[in-house]
Amino acid sequence: MRVPLSWLKEYVDITLPVEELAERLTLAGLEVAAIERIGAEWDRDKIFVGEILEVKPHPNADRLVLAVVNYGRGAPMTVVTGAPNIRVGEKGHKVAFATVGARLIDGYSEEKRYMTLKPSKIRGVPSEGMVCSEKELGISDDHEGIILLEDDAPVGVPLADYLGDVVLDIDLTPNLARCLSIIGVAREVAALTGQRARVPDPVALAEGAPIDGQIEILIEDPDLCNRYSALLVRDVKIGPSPKWMQRRLTLAGMRPINNIVDVTNYVMLEWGQPLHAFDYDLLRPRRAGGPPAIIVRTAKPGERMTTLDGVDRDLTSEMLLITDGGGPVAIAGVMGGLESEVTEQTRNVLIESANFHAINNRRTSQALKLVSEASIRFSRGIPASRTVPAATRAAELMRTLAGGVVAQGVADNYPVPQVQRTVRLRPNQVGRVLGIDMTADQVKATLERLEFECAPAPDGLDVKVPLHRLDVEIEADLLEEIARMVGYDRIPTTRLRDELPPQRNNPPLELARRVRSALAGCGLYEAITYSFVGAEDQDRLLPPASRGDVSVRAVEPGPHLRDMLPCILAADACIRLANPMTPERTTMRTTLLASLLAVTAANLRFTERVNLFEVARVYLPVDDKGLPNEVTHLGIVMTGPRTERSWLTPEPEHQDFFDLKGVVEALMAALGIGDWRVEAAAHPTFHPGRCANLIVGDKRVGIFGELNPAVRVAWELPEQRVCLLEMDLDAVLGHVSAAVKFQPVSRYPAVVQDMAIVVDENIPAAEVERVIRETGGRLLRNVVLFDVYQGPSIPAGKRSLAYSLTYQSDEKTLTDAEAAKVHNKIVQRLTAVLGAQLRGPSGR
Amino acid sequence: MLEQLSDIRERAMAALAGVDSLAALDAWRTEYLGKKSFVTTALKGIGQLPPEDRPVVGKAAHELRLVLEAALEEARQRVLALEQERAARAERVDVTLPGRPATIGRLHPITQILYEIYSIFAEMGFQVYDAPEVETDELNFQLLNLPPDHPARDMWSTFYTTRDGILLRTHTSPGQIRAMRQFCPEPIRVILPGRVYRYEAVTARSESMFHQVEGLAVGPRITMADLKGVLTDFARRLYGEHRQVRFRCSYFPFTEPSMEVDVSCALCDGAGCRVCKHTGWVEIAGAGMVHPQVLRNGGYDPEQFTGFAFGMGPDRIAMLRYGIDDIRYFYSDDLRFLAQF
Repeated sequence: MRVPLSWLKEYVDITLPVEELAERLTLAGLEVAAIERIGAEWDRDKIFVGEILEVKPHPNADRLVLAVVNYGRGAPMTVVTGAPNIRVGEKGHKVAFATVGARLIDGYSEEKRYMTLKPSKIRGVPSEGMVCSEKELGISDDHEGIILLEDDAPVGVPLADYLGDVVLDIDLTPNLARCLSIIGVAREVAALTGQRARVPDPVALAEGAPIDGQIEILIEDPDLCNRYSALLVRDVKIGPSPKWMQRRLTLAGMRPINNIVDVTNYVMLEWGQPLHAFDYDLLRPRRAGGPPAIIVRTAKPGERMTTLDGVDRDLTSEMLLITDGGGPVAIAGVMGGLESEVTEQTRNVLIESANFHAINNRRTSQALKLVSEASIRFSRGIPASRTVPAATRAAELMRTLAGGVVAQGVADNYPVPQVQRTVRLRPNQVGRVLGIDMTADQVKATLERLEFECAPAPDGLDVKVPLHRLDVEIEADLLEEIARMVGYDRIPTTRLRDELPPQRNNPPLELARRVRSALAGCGLYEAITYSFVGAEDQDRLLPPASRGDVSVRAVEPGPHLRDMLPCILAADACIRLANPMTPERTTMRTTLLASLLAVTAANLRFTERVNLFEVARVYLPVDDKGLPNEVTHLGIVMTGPRTERSWLTPEPEHQDFFDLKGVVEALMAALGIGDWRVEAAAHPTFHPGRCANLIVGDKRVGIFGELNPAVRVAWELPEQRVCLLEMDLDAVLGHVSAAVKFQPVSRYPAVVQDMAIVVDENIPAAEVERVIRETGGRLLRNVVLFDVYQGPSIPAGKRSLAYSLTYQSDEKTLTDAEAAKVHNKIVQRLTAVLGAQLRGPSGR
Repeated sequence: MLEQLSDIRERAMAALAGVDSLAALDAWRTEYLGKKSFVTTALKGIGQLPPEDRPVVGKAAHELRLVLEAALEEARQRVLALEQERAARAERVDVTLPGRPATIGRLHPITQILYEIYSIFAEMGFQVYDAPEVETDELNFQLLNLPPDHPARDMWSTFYTTRDGILLRTHTSPGQIRAMRQFCPEPIRVILPGRVYRYEAVTARSESMFHQVEGLAVGPRITMADLKGVLTDFARRLYGEHRQVRFRCSYFPFTEPSMEVDVSCALCDGAGCRVCKHTGWVEIAGAGMVHPQVLRNGGYDPEQFTGFAFGMGPDRIAMLRYGIDDIRYFYSDDLRFLAQF
């Protein structure tokens, strides 16, 4: 809402400097987004109200004229102008006159550029000043002609005093519908500054024949229209509205049209009540011989009409219409129709001032994608009591500004009268909710500033809500009003003294924190990617040939999705947006991998090394209508050189499966998960020989490995190994140990012995290690696999594994012989169980 | 003989002075103290001397041996130091060469801000509570006093799903209802962080996904003054202890009274700049006393309980703190961005 201060002042005295007023309003909820000062830049001693004494032809140019201007300070001056709106022979125009040295805006420049007015000679005639356009003064972009002021403008007065104004641009929250009007804002200003708003009770001098019998008003659906009031003004002369009205409309952000339309807009801005002016003579009766009729009803199937903006619109049966005897003439509270519009030919005007149902109005306006100044107000609610005062104010303005004759009386159909609400307020609630102490008298005085009427009641006050306050319904509403009036800044600032609620642990939060810290410690960066992906993105994790396999690409929602890792679900089974913004973000993801690959691809355009992780939810639908299961997953991507290239590592090797495996090991250690293992896995997203399941307890909780080269190509990733992991963090919650179990450190020396064995190449290393540890028992403290070898000295189909084994006792210094005893037992067992052959004490 | 010994002594000491390496020292030792050295030979040959000479020569040779041994030990310390110095010199590096790249990962700036928020509120007894991101219209709107077609729904541009009555939460506020329904009738102090979604074009200033942290306190004696206190403490912890905090009336259908919370702009100290749009204030949170109907919807009797709620945007906090002028950086996950925090 744009509020010109000059207009506001008609209804309330402004007792504060404008900045302070804006601050007060802002703190009270009327956020002043901007203070625009019209004329603040006009030199008070260089730009004046002037009067054109004479317009003479330019001796050397047809398009230019010479204007002699009296500006009240010394001798009149002659200026050369090309303005089309003054002509030779005219005189008496009041103009905005700038003398030499005035700072103006260049009227011929595209952007806003300041210039200082210099004496000049135009086609041989000296010009001693300038008659200004709106653009030159920064009022608007209009440079068509010069500003013509009111005839009674006082010559010689600085223009800033006459035309200057301040506009408050106020952002209004939806509850402040009452402030979509100058009078509404005036009431707030009055309450906040201890003034009284001057809200008039409009009267119109009605000298025409009574309205009775001249219009018939029927309301078919009183739920949607609880009041329809109309006034009739005959014999108006259509023309431009006066300058002051045009100026105010412009400042408030509306475009002047003609005196009748301008009056309806002006009164709407002033009172907040939208009005509509019909050409009375175009309204048709219900039956021949009857008076013109207004019938308020919902649209019939297939009905259509052309609105004022020239658009032909389909109407639906929920839309409320204003119709006459012949058909629709307006969409109620949204926009008038083209047919009954006020035109140059209009003589008689019917002023509509009605009240429409807010929600119905909002639906209609949304369905038609048509938001008007009227619908903005109706959809937020307007008091029904306001129709007649606003219509009366408009009729009086039409009488004085358009020469109309106002018919006596009001045609007022008011089937559902507005009820004035009374709300009980218990003064102790002020302390209980706001934390301030106020007596009943203080409460009463505070509310009365906002025109509430308070009467004593058994346990407090009965507060009568003014008719213009539709937003106040319950006690809490009154408490807010009291807080606003007291000022939020004057409410004390205290610390919570209430009892502290039970404090609980949050294992998922703690797990996520430990995961993040461990992975950052491993050199990975945390990513946050969008929760939604494109419809095709998840499918692209699979080579086309695998997409028909429901074991890797599910097509149905259900609890089984939780066990799929990665969960690739057909887009139409996912949670999908009904109104996506872009095709890249339409589907709630069921795996993190697609998002991570997209981010990897983007990063690989400028770097070759991408190590990222994300902890985020996936959205797994459990059925086809309810909320999905939101499960927290971990995703990791690692690709590119193991370290940054440097003079020490000119050609670092690229990361592969075992870099990621190392991160997995570090992560498990950091989370205190002991009971985990991996096993070889096959999944078409991953490299056929480099993919593993992560198993915690006896449950598969993750999958990791290198990306299948075919999938890498589909994602347009460069030719380098890409390692990926996806893990269900919620699934490992129960396995994370909150506390570390301390192991005493032995004070006795350890014995380290190496062993190399040759085993069948298909025996997993994990199996060999399991046998070693099992056999080694308590004395075996550490097992390090330090060499894996296949080559000429090893039989085909076998491989050599070399281990460094550490033996240690807590009770004594272990002798080599004691260690060797265990060591030999391990060798024997490996031979017996796995068919291993000892290769020698160490290495190859 | 005695003269020879004296000669040897002089020569040995002179030679030792020139010794500057362990190898040379070893050679010196062999020459003057070795098996074939004059001193050793002299001592061994004492028996062949005339008996009267034996004590004198024996004593002199023995003394010389002790002197030389002492000198040797002294020289060894000197040469060792020299050797160490030489070795160190040989290992000298150009210290201005770049170091071996170490990789320390980093948390996303939003996560860092979130963790900071958690810890500040934890000290005031607020614990993290998680709620779903895909939410029902009922919880996201209706139970928060936003029935269908309420004009205030325009304040939240919404992503709807193809499922009836299910949408992406537009704010973390539906978590208020979930927390209340879970904990009723206990008092509550929680914060609800997480992703929220808005049907908005992605520009430098608006995102279709971002984060919020909601706060909720419910109890028998909670007032608006407490709300001011909690948010003032929070703002000074997060933004700096000298910041001014301002509370301005506002509107949310689920709180009453409602407010916006501003802090004095840290960049210009309230004087007015581009960041604060020349107002001197930066908006940091929306807040208010929980609306009685919302308390009721959560299971609490508004005659027995009061509560406050607030909501803030970690993305915006991160933008202010780091001077990030484009919100799109956060979810593009460009390493050149992530590596800066």
